[in-house]
Amino acid sequence: MADGMINLTIDGAPVSVPPGTLVIEAAKQAGVLVPHYCYHPGLPVAGVCRMCLVEVEKAPKLQIACATTVTEGMVVNTQSVQAKDARQSVLEFLLINHPLDCPICDQAGECELQDFVFQEGQAGTRFGEFAKRFNPVEDFGPDVLYVPNRCILCTRCVRFMEDVAKEPVLNVSERGDRAFIGIHPEARLDHPWAGNVVDLCPVGSLLSKDFLHKARAWELDKTASICTGCSQGCNITLDTRDEVVVRVRPRPNLDVNRYFICDHGRMHYRWMNRGDRIEAPLLRRDGELKAVDWDEALNHVAGILRGASGKAVALVSAGASSEALAAAKRLLSGFTWTGAFQVVMGEEASLAGVPNLALRAERAPNAKGAEQLGYTRDYAPAIAAAKTAAVVLVLDDPDCAVVADGALIYLGTVLDENAACRRADVILPIANVAEEEGTFTNRDGREQRYFQAKPAPGMAQPAAWVLGELARAMGLAEVA
Amino acid sequence: MGYPHKSHPKETVVLSQYFGDADARTFKGWTKRGGYEALAQSLKMDPVAVTDVVKESGLRGRGGAGFPTGLKWSFMPKEKKKAHYLCVNADESEPGTFKDREIMRWTPHALLEGTAIAAHAIRAEVAYIYIRGEFTEPWTIMERALAEANAAGVFGTIKIHLHRGAGAYICGEETALMNSIEGKRGNPRIKPPFPAAAGLFGLPTTINNVETLAAVPHIIKRGAAWYKALCLSNPKSTGTKLFSVCGHVQRPGNYEVTMGFPLKDLLYDMCGGPPAGRTLKACIPGGSSVPILTREETEACLLDYEGVVATGSMLGSGGVIVFDDSADMVYQIMRLARFYAHESCAQCTQCREGTAWTTKIMERILAGQGKPKDLDLLLDLSENMTGKTICVLSDSCAAPIVSGIKKFRGEFEAYLAGKRQPVMVG
Repeated sequence: MADGMINLTIDGAPVSVPPGTLVIEAAKQAGVLVPHYCYHPGLPVAGVCRMCLVEVEKAPKLQIACATTVTEGMVVNTQSVQAKDARQSVLEFLLINHPLDCPICDQAGECELQDFVFQEGQAGTRFGEFAKRFNPVEDFGPDVLYVPNRCILCTRCVRFMEDVAKEPVLNVSERGDRAFIGIHPEARLDHPWAGNVVDLCPVGSLLSKDFLHKARAWELDKTASICTGCSQGCNITLDTRDEVVVRVRPRPNLDVNRYFICDHGRMHYRWMNRGDRIEAPLLRRDGELKAVDWDEALNHVAGILRGASGKAVALVSAGASSEALAAAKRLLSGFTWTGAFQVVMGEEASLAGVPNLALRAERAPNAKGAEQLGYTRDYAPAIAAAKTAAVVLVLDDPDCAVVADGALIYLGTVLDENAACRRADVILPIANVAEEEGTFTNRDGREQRYFQAKPAPGMAQPAAWVLGELARAMGLAEVA
Repeated sequence: MGYPHKSHPKETVVLSQYFGDADARTFKGWTKRGGYEALAQSLKMDPVAVTDVVKESGLRGRGGAGFPTGLKWSFMPKEKKKAHYLCVNADESEPGTFKDREIMRWTPHALLEGTAIAAHAIRAEVAYIYIRGEFTEPWTIMERALAEANAAGVFGTIKIHLHRGAGAYICGEETALMNSIEGKRGNPRIKPPFPAAAGLFGLPTTINNVETLAAVPHIIKRGAAWYKALCLSNPKSTGTKLFSVCGHVQRPGNYEVTMGFPLKDLLYDMCGGPPAGRTLKACIPGGSSVPILTREETEACLLDYEGVVATGSMLGSGGVIVFDDSADMVYQIMRLARFYAHESCAQCTQCREGTAWTTKIMERILAGQGKPKDLDLLLDLSENMTGKTICVLSDSCAAPIVSGIKKFRGEFEAYLAGKRQPVMVG
């Protein structure tokens, strides 16, 4: 066993953890999830729900696993009769004022109260005919509703706003069984990271208006992805229902975004479901764009590239995958090459309680990746160079105001009526981030993979595939 | 507020010597009576030596827990690296207890002197006296006394602040009190860390009760041996203790007796027993949070930490609540439960939900709508509310329920069987 580690036993399993580890975290290493509500690894310990009571040998009474630090030789039993009885009684106390309106609650299916009651609660109630506590629903902020009747006062939301967001607008108001989560009378829950309270809420008390009644939890497919809202590279989960992205939630990554994402990123998904997509390769014939199959389109583009020489310009999106960016560069390797990208800028909004975590001003996920591959931020000179280039390749930047005398090839997901790229000679349909697998490099140089959450529409294919096929048609050597 | 009764011959008058003597409230009057001599003497002593005297005296915390005071002081860091604080718990809110109020009303300088000595002993620069919000008269008196003492410069470098509570019972819990001083919601904190490691503002802190500190000047002045000798029963309980007697006795009030004094003598001889024609039924010896004693237990009880535990309760804060045969124990216990349900800070699940649920069941029983299983349910809830929360408020709600049902089950059953006229409680 490693030096300086603490050795203990949890439910019979030996574990070695660093000093200072909480029993509840050590238990995870033993494969034991101690039921809990107020504890969250991203928040200061509160120790109030009393759900994680476990038996610690030689301790005079049950201990809460979330506030007990491991000691050498400690023997923890989470499944003793005493511990289970205590947790069952906590569940009973929590349920006496809980409405059990699961059939109409958004949290049902991913509710920790449901889960633990199913796991170790009792079937009946002894509360009898007493009326349950009632408080009306409150509108807390732009995306957050508070349903106090479902609240179990775990205070995760209060602690998030106070200790992580450092904007303490929430509190526990009143005392005893009259208590509820209160909001400062002159404040709104409109902090740029406020939406995290919805994820943190273990029950259906804090709800996202955006997700309200959109889907039942069990209808959702979950895909690991990377947020495209800025260059931070927050790890996210894309929740899809019937191949439509309906929700974005943070996926824990202690080095990048811990357990959180900002509201900008959370709401930055509707475009992934756009219906007005380019669905087939389009070639310009007699001044008109005509739909063709991939073979014809690829051969046509290969012919253009083979017949051209001299200068080529690639104008790319900083939201394209590193694979696509590398493939585009390779495709144009026979030319005097310029690659450039432009990034939309916005206001930075940091999460005060977490170092190096912010909604970054640079609102694109892969600017760093593009830079590392040799693409430049000097966009205006590249646009000027495009005018006289033999070949101009635009990768998924529909707003690109390009004017080209030579061949203009556009790979994109959408193309608005008045877009400059409408004049392209070739338009090739590609998948968006939710429809492909790829890699982004965040602002700190961390390469992160994202996965396919839904199929691409029509004949659209990942840009990396399209560019790779073109390279093959050109007879360019495979990259090792 | 009025004047106290004259001392009874069976009292051992130490803390209450000047109760009723308005002149003792003034700085001049207090010094004339030997006040602040102990402080001057202590300030010349090494803090460790002061702590040792108090340790030797056997003084134990008078707020309820009975923790040895000198030992508590010695838990403060030996090597002072950060500021130290002293908190004085003058948030006397335990139902049935009104001894600290009288100490502050009549001998404010005794508390200030004890506070300064304790601050010196634990090497604290700053002391906060947290005074219960409802104590308007004691507040005014303490303010005046502090101004006078400050003007006289008796505290040296020690700075004493008065802090007014806002009416929450839970702020008498030591860590909730610290949160309250810090301007936070008065919620008890999880321990560890204990106050001596991280207390007020996260710095090493000692917290003592008013009566504890008021005894300190006497110990310094008259010596540990003198104090230790004040003992009628168990040598682990020394000194005198104020008992606040209320309820069904002819002469309620504060009485100061030596540790180990028989509760029976306190109630019958000194307080005159129950009103004429009535008999004693029950007694809560240590404030509302401790188990109820029957008449037999009461009459056998010796008033020190060990003696009361031996009879099945706790000495607590010394708030003695007396019930005669006219008392409806079911109603009385409902009132206690309702108090705890009202005062629960709402942090811990068992307390937040359990105190309210318990109250609802008690009200249902009184209203004649109790269910046959209600007593078992109450006992089970009490079990689930005991020993599982951050502080002991939840346990305190359970204690009178459990002892009440155990000892006065007949009264509960009379309601359940419809043999008692229902009481409407709103």
